[in-house]
Order: sequence, then structure tokens, then C-alpha cells
Amino acid sequence: MTTNLLQVNNLKQYFPIKGGIFGRRVNDVKAVDDITFGVREGETLSIVGESGCGKSTTGRAILRLDEPTSGEVTFNGEDLLSLSKGEMRKRRKDLQIIFQDPYASINPRQTVRQVLNEAMAIQNVVPKEKRLDRMMELMKTVGLGPHQLDRFPHEFSGGQRQRIGIARALAVDPKLIVCDESVSALDVSIQAQVLNLLKKLQKEFNLTYLFISHDLGVVRHISDRVMVMYLGKIVEIGDKKSVFDNPKHPYTKTLLSAIPVPDPNAKRDQIVLKGDVPSPIDPPTGCRFHTRCPFATDKCKNEVPELRNTGADMMKEGHNAACHYIEEIESGEMKPKYT
Amino acid sequence: MENNQNIIEVNELQTSFFVGGKEVKAVDGVTFSVPSGKTLGLVGESGSGKSITSLSIMRLIAEPGKVKGGEIKFNGENLLDKSEGKMRRIRGNQISMIFQEPMTSLNPVFTVGDQIAEAVMIHQGLSKKEALKKALEMLELVGIPSPKARLKNYPHELSGGMRQRVMIAIALACRPELLIADEPTTALDVTIQAQILRLMRNLQDELGMSVILITHDLGVVAETCDYVAVMYSGKIVEYADVNSLFANPKHPYTVGLLKSLPRHDIDQEGELSTIKGMVPTPDDMPKGCRFAPRCPFARDMCRESLPHLEEEENGNQVRCWIHTDKWDGPEVNVKHDYESAASQQS
Repeated sequence: MTTNLLQVNNLKQYFPIKGGIFGRRVNDVKAVDDITFGVREGETLSIVGESGCGKSTTGRAILRLDEPTSGEVTFNGEDLLSLSKGEMRKRRKDLQIIFQDPYASINPRQTVRQVLNEAMAIQNVVPKEKRLDRMMELMKTVGLGPHQLDRFPHEFSGGQRQRIGIARALAVDPKLIVCDESVSALDVSIQAQVLNLLKKLQKEFNLTYLFISHDLGVVRHISDRVMVMYLGKIVEIGDKKSVFDNPKHPYTKTLLSAIPVPDPNAKRDQIVLKGDVPSPIDPPTGCRFHTRCPFATDKCKNEVPELRNTGADMMKEGHNAACHYIEEIESGEMKPKYT
Repeated sequence: MENNQNIIEVNELQTSFFVGGKEVKAVDGVTFSVPSGKTLGLVGESGSGKSITSLSIMRLIAEPGKVKGGEIKFNGENLLDKSEGKMRRIRGNQISMIFQEPMTSLNPVFTVGDQIAEAVMIHQGLSKKEALKKALEMLELVGIPSPKARLKNYPHELSGGMRQRVMIAIALACRPELLIADEPTTALDVTIQAQILRLMRNLQDELGMSVILITHDLGVVAETCDYVAVMYSGKIVEYADVNSLFANPKHPYTVGLLKSLPRHDIDQEGELSTIKGMVPTPDDMPKGCRFAPRCPFARDMCRESLPHLEEEENGNQVRCWIHTDKWDGPEVNVKHDYESAASQQS
């Protein structure tokens, strides 16, 4: 555990809901509710889940773009949450983020030159006279031409704009990059180009990625390990291959079975869930998935299941899931109540 | 092309937008048909013209756009000759449409019940009371829990999946013969997508309607469609039954698209295959094959002249010089040779 570049312990992120005539805090949206995980240096850990599961909130809380309610975020041995705002800004040199929508995350009134220059100036990573060389190099690295340096964001296509976002993140020589749905808005042929680029850069600069995505195809391609979230909780985490080929939590199973496969002859047993994701304001008691789980019992309603080793992948920390009945479901002793 | 078994036949459809004195050809000579009771998938990336094709069928192209030519035969009658009044009677009645974003296509100030009832009152002349009864039936049909209470809900009180179910209920309230679904599940989470796709399939079986499904998701196509038309830059480049398309794609663009798709169900080691470059912009349209600048097999003939959509013995069609007698290059197996050719592309 000591080798983790990033360690997140008991992270909670509650957003208050104000109500009544005095704007009192009446309740909380429990977006992330007590999660613990680590990211090793040089690996890609993906966070997957449906809208509202807390995956983006987790990424933002780690970078302190939203101040977390409680918990511990340790980066390179240093507790990020105890830093002052100024210190945290300096620390962001090591922790960068690439957003989903490059249209919204790059200032439309700045040229690429200004965008990259600003990033380097704030973190003061490259002396002024060397910045132009560095910019040229960055443009080349992300597959853009140096002649495009003085263009404005609107002059680029979506894929190119995402490359600018990547160049900006790389400009300060980060160690960890949070990719928040970074390829979700792109067409598949362009998405493949950007994914290949991200992989290449990771090798070249020994980057660590926290990759947030709802697209499990993309996640399988880019990750080393995968973490599945549901309503603010981790339901399963483990090595990519183990999680995809041998999912243990009923939610992970349904999620994987729900994705259409681009092969009309693929035989698969699809589990179609009933109902919607419950509201994170008043999440279900016990296991949060019990309202939709085909295996749920009274125990699931009352007791919160802890993340525990599934025995599926004995290497390292292994493959963990938060379900009371992993073994019973595996052995066929428990049958789903609907399919 | 006269064929009674086709619910709709689109011939040489041309739709253009006239902006700043320039013509942008969004749909440029599109021809396809949908056999009765079947589902056709219209696939392509952003800007390929798939949504404009569907809006043209519904005659919903607004200024500065215009359907310039071609014909759209629905049950043997050309929709492009219909008056606006006649078209209005067809829309929502015989041909219905559902859109990607149910929040923007539902009216936020009317209840769900009123919106479903409106469709049946207009098209079937039912009284308000009968129409609301029908609305209740429809909500039950699309699997909305406690439908009676939901009738009185406003769209903002429903989740995304529920809203899309309401859209489907409105679209199907008049039992249309043809349903056009434009990215109906793109904005939804996968578990909800699975629910909606299953619902659409069941309703199609039950009501016997035909469907045009517009999507960029090849997984959804494989799962729900009988036939597929792949569009690129305003033209159809390949038309095939779904099994042939996935097992034996013919057009280099189709192959590139399939290969660049990251899969969740199998391991793909190393780099993903990509399609070089990007979709051409309308003011810089290639002279020959539209895909030639990105195609790893392109030769001078591809850059010079546009190939026709050639029909093969099995009825499938492909628009590529490689599959004609005129091909002057070495023999190519597009699916097999794509990766090696693409890796040598500069």
C-alpha cells in the first residue's frame, strides 16, 4: 500500500440542499459516501458507473476543485486536504485534469499559444525564454502542427480541441492526470486516435491516470484496474481483466450485460434491471443496490456490505467487491428473482 | 424499386442548406428502403447527414435548409408532393419520431397525460376523456410504474429514462406504421438503455411497425437492426443486412469504424486501429470518393471520381471502387488488409 502515488481514505463529499424561508440546510446530496482506494504510480485506474454515481465528484474532490466534506487524500506522501489554497495551487502542477467538453474548458478568447503559456506561467515550470520551444514540442507531442499555435479554439475540430486540452495538462509536467470523460464527446474514429495518444503519452512520461468514464469499452482498453461505483459507494474494484471477465457484484454483472455488443450473433444473457437509480439525497439503507438487485434479501436492506476480497484475483490487493452474497451467487445457491 | 413489401423507399434524396450564398449538401443522393415490419439502422458519425435524412422524411427541414430533389415513397405515395396539411395528418399518426433528448422535445408546461392525449385527440378525433384513457393505456404499455399518478406529472418530475418512455408513448399512441428513432438511447445510462431497447423491440413485435433507428452506436445496431445503412459525408457508403455487415464489412470506412471501436467484451492488445484525419468539411468536399483522403487503400481513381452504390447478388450495396471491375490496384480484402494498410498510411 505504501507504493500508491495517490491514496484516498474515507472520502466523503456531501452537497447541502438549502430549503425553507431561511435557507437552512435541510438535507445533503451524498454524492460520494466514504470511499477508500489507491492509485499506483504509472497505472491507469478507471472509475466507472452511471450518471450520479459520484465518479466525477470523486475526481474533482481529489483535486479539491470542490472541497471534500471529510476524508483523506494523500498524494506522494503529502496530505492534500491540509494544504492551504496557495500551496494546493502549487501542488496542481503535479495533478492535472482533462475535461469532457473541450469547448467549455478552454477559454474561447485565447489562442493555443496563450492557453499553453498561461499554464506554464502559473506553475512557473519553464523559464520564459524556453517556453516557445516547449510549446512547439507539446504541439508535436499531441499531434498538432506548430503553425496552429496562433489559432483560436473554434478553429479546431472536437478531436483537435481535446488534444489542446491534453497539451495544456502536459505543459506543467504532471504526475497524475484525471481524465473526466475525456473522450466521451468524440466520434469513434477520433476517439480511437485520442485514446492511442493518451496511452502513448503515459508510457513516454510515466503518467498515472485516474480515468473517469461511463463507456466500458473505452475503460477496458485503457485501464489496468477498474473501480465500479454505485450511488456514491465503491461496489467493486480490481484488475481490469478480472473485473470484466469475472465480475462478482450483481451490479457490475448487470452493467456489463447491459452494454450492446457490436456482433449480431453474440450470445449473452442480458440482465435488465428494473427501475431507476435511487436519489442520492435519501439513498437506500443497507446495500444501496438492494432496491434493484435481483438477489436482494432482508440482510441487504439492513446491513451495509463491506468491500472484501472475492478470491478471484489473488495477486496484490486482489479483486474486491461489496456484496453479502458473492459466494452464494457464484455457487448458484442463490437464484435471481427476475431476469 | 416498386415493391409493396417496402414501407418506405427513399430515392436520390438531396437536402441542402443555403448559408451565406453557399450551398452545403447535407444529404447528397441518398437511396434506401425499409422492408415492412423491419428495422433499418442508419449509422454514421457527426455530420454524416443521418439526422437530416430523417428530418427530410418527416418534412421537418426548416429554412435555410431545403429538400432539393429525389422522392420519398411512403406506402407508394411521394411524401415530397404532399401539402403541409396532408403531411401534418401523416406526422405523429402514420409516421412518428422520437428524439435523443426527451427533455427538449416534451413541453415543460403540460402534464405528461395531456401531451399523450393531444396526439390522439388530433389524429383520432377522440374526446378529452377518451384520450386520457388512451394515455393511461399507453403509459402502462411502455412500462411506467403507477401510470395513473404519472399522468398528472410534468416532464421535469420524471427521470431521463421515464421521459424517454413518455416520448415513446406519445409516438406510438396512434399506432404508427413507421417509427423514426433518432439516437433514442444516446443520452441514457446503459442499464436504462437496455430497458428502452427491450421495450422498443417488444412494442415493434406487438404492433408490427417498421423502424428507422438513427445511431452512432454499432453495438445498438447489432442488437436491434435487421438492415444497416452506413452514411459518410451525406452519402450511403454501404447497405447490408446486419449479419453481413458485421461479419463481412465491404467498405473501408465501415471496416475502419468497426476496428476503431474499443470493446468491453474482448481483449484488444496494443493500439486501437484508427481512421486517419477527419470528416471533410462541406466547403472542402473531395472531388472523388468522399472517404478517399482518409482511406488507406485510396488510389488516384478514388480521388478523381466518385464510385456508384453497386448492388451485389444478395441485395447488399457498397460504394467503393475496390468492389468493381474498374479497380486498377492490387487485389484487396478490405477487412483483412485494413490494419496493415492503415499502419503504412502517412
